[in-house]
Amino acid sequence: MTVSDIKLMKGNEALAEAVIRAGAQAYFGYPITPQSEILEYLADEGRERGMIVLQAESEVAAINMVYGAAGAGARVLTTSSSPGISLMQEGLSYIASAQLPCLVVNVNRGGPGLGTIQPSQGDYFQATKGGGHGDYRLIVLAPASVQEMADFVYDAFDLADKYRNPVMILADGALGQMMEKVQFKDYTPAEHMVPKPWATTGKPKTRERNIITSLFIQPEKMEQINIQLQEKYKLITQNEVRYEAVQSEDAEYMIVAYGLAARIAHRAVELARADGINVGLLRPITLFPFPYAVIRKMAERLNGVLVVEMNAGQMVEDVRLGIEGRTPVSFYGRMGGVIPSPEEVVNALGGLIRKEAVQHAEAY
Amino acid sequence: MQLEITGPEITEQMECVYERPDTLTDMRLHYCPGCGHGVVHRVLMEVVQELGIQEKTIGIAPVGCSVFAYHYLDIDMQEAAHGRASAVATAVKRILPDRFVFSYQGDGDLAAIGTAETIHTANRGENILMVFINNAIYGMTGGQMAPTTLLGMKTSTTPTGRNVETAGFPLKISDIVAMLPGTAYVSRNSVHTPNAVRVLKKALVQAFQYQNEKKGTCFIEVVSNCPSGWKMTPIEANHWLEKNMFPLYPPGVLKAPK
Repeated sequence: MTVSDIKLMKGNEALAEAVIRAGAQAYFGYPITPQSEILEYLADEGRERGMIVLQAESEVAAINMVYGAAGAGARVLTTSSSPGISLMQEGLSYIASAQLPCLVVNVNRGGPGLGTIQPSQGDYFQATKGGGHGDYRLIVLAPASVQEMADFVYDAFDLADKYRNPVMILADGALGQMMEKVQFKDYTPAEHMVPKPWATTGKPKTRERNIITSLFIQPEKMEQINIQLQEKYKLITQNEVRYEAVQSEDAEYMIVAYGLAARIAHRAVELARADGINVGLLRPITLFPFPYAVIRKMAERLNGVLVVEMNAGQMVEDVRLGIEGRTPVSFYGRMGGVIPSPEEVVNALGGLIRKEAVQHAEAY
Repeated sequence: MQLEITGPEITEQMECVYERPDTLTDMRLHYCPGCGHGVVHRVLMEVVQELGIQEKTIGIAPVGCSVFAYHYLDIDMQEAAHGRASAVATAVKRILPDRFVFSYQGDGDLAAIGTAETIHTANRGENILMVFINNAIYGMTGGQMAPTTLLGMKTSTTPTGRNVETAGFPLKISDIVAMLPGTAYVSRNSVHTPNAVRVLKKALVQAFQYQNEKKGTCFIEVVSNCPSGWKMTPIEANHWLEKNMFPLYPPGVLKAPK
């Protein structure tokens, strides 16, 4: 890598560039702010470099095109933002059930409803708990920089192929729109492509026909499929948990935050440390699988945990599940597209510490 | 008097003039007696066999009575979400442009919940075949009104007959599709008589040939029956079809390449 390899790009563009470099064969999508640059970039650069890029008539059509292309063995993706991702939920459920690998990017904007086009983390539950009907999970990666918007694309496609499971990159409007430096890593798609003998490519005489379906009308058979899925999710949970811990060694308090909120919390940690507060940051990178065990272990030696999100408090439920009462957990969030400032986070941390101090005083 | 004939003697003495095409599996059809689906499946797969394209054909099944089409058609298939078969077919064809791709959908799937996909697939001129079974009723869910249900026709959700004030008009989706520049070939057929079956077979051959020539979207409507949903015997249903469906949905080629 040389300096000339460093580019200044929007998150959406960096992600789109990585999509091409990851060897994606096809993209199906529908314009929606704040992620339309992905479709635009691929319609130009992607097509130029051999990708099939189709602007669908709706998000519903787009996700079902992803189903078709994935079923035909292609490395494929769609991207959208919150309301569009809601429209895709039925299709995602089918894709998860039929065990098709694909990438879905949600550049999260404020909701509910038509909401706002400003950044939000309001889709955490939808992304991590299934989102559509039935018992299924997506693997969810949460980038926190333009660099990670690019890097996670390769990981997402590889994980999707490895587990035959849809993978979501859950970003937000700021990560999509902001410009930062980015370097594209060396990645040779041919070295990562896996055989897909299950794909519907036309049935030669030498094999049985391949069927892509999510319909298993006998409940016993459908339960077997569910058991298979649950075993897969267990395996994913064992193997794929990713997180980043910042200044956690001597920390008495930890902030837990992901994505853009983690960037803000990182700054808050610096400010609080300057004030002599021993605080660290835990940033879950995979939101499913969630780093429950890491948080649980950490909590044993902490005086308290502050969860910061750009929503009304969603991931905080998973943090509490991980901590199981070992240490107090408080929450600070802004909603509807408002981004919290580092100072607000420091104040919230102060509140947690004072509350903790009060509780200690009462105890003695 | 009871005549006893055993299998081997028949084959020795008689010429085989009619048999199951190799492109159909030997699974027993789940369709009701007299239903047109089985006939359409068979004709479609006869064509696939006769054109020698079994290894290159990929089918997309819908949600509805023919949701299990992939049990019977011995080719690679995908089962699409309700209404989305043509979107799925679009993607399969884009990924595998040298394969023959068809979607197979009923009236609720193609002309109600999937109308947007139907129109836009055809309007993009996707180089696929869309097979559309129109029996003017939702069979799978128990006989509810379809977008193509005739005025006055009784269904479980129009118990006194479909009326315009509450349910609007029957949708002639093939006519709409034929107006779109993306469609190359639009034909309306039926399978209620042996001759109609032969005509449908020719239309299917034509459609696959056009697909081979990359002419654009081919769309074949099959005006069919639903003896169970219509509460008729199969013969009554076929008579009723001719008398009542054909005036609104007349058979014939709506559009063909010049």
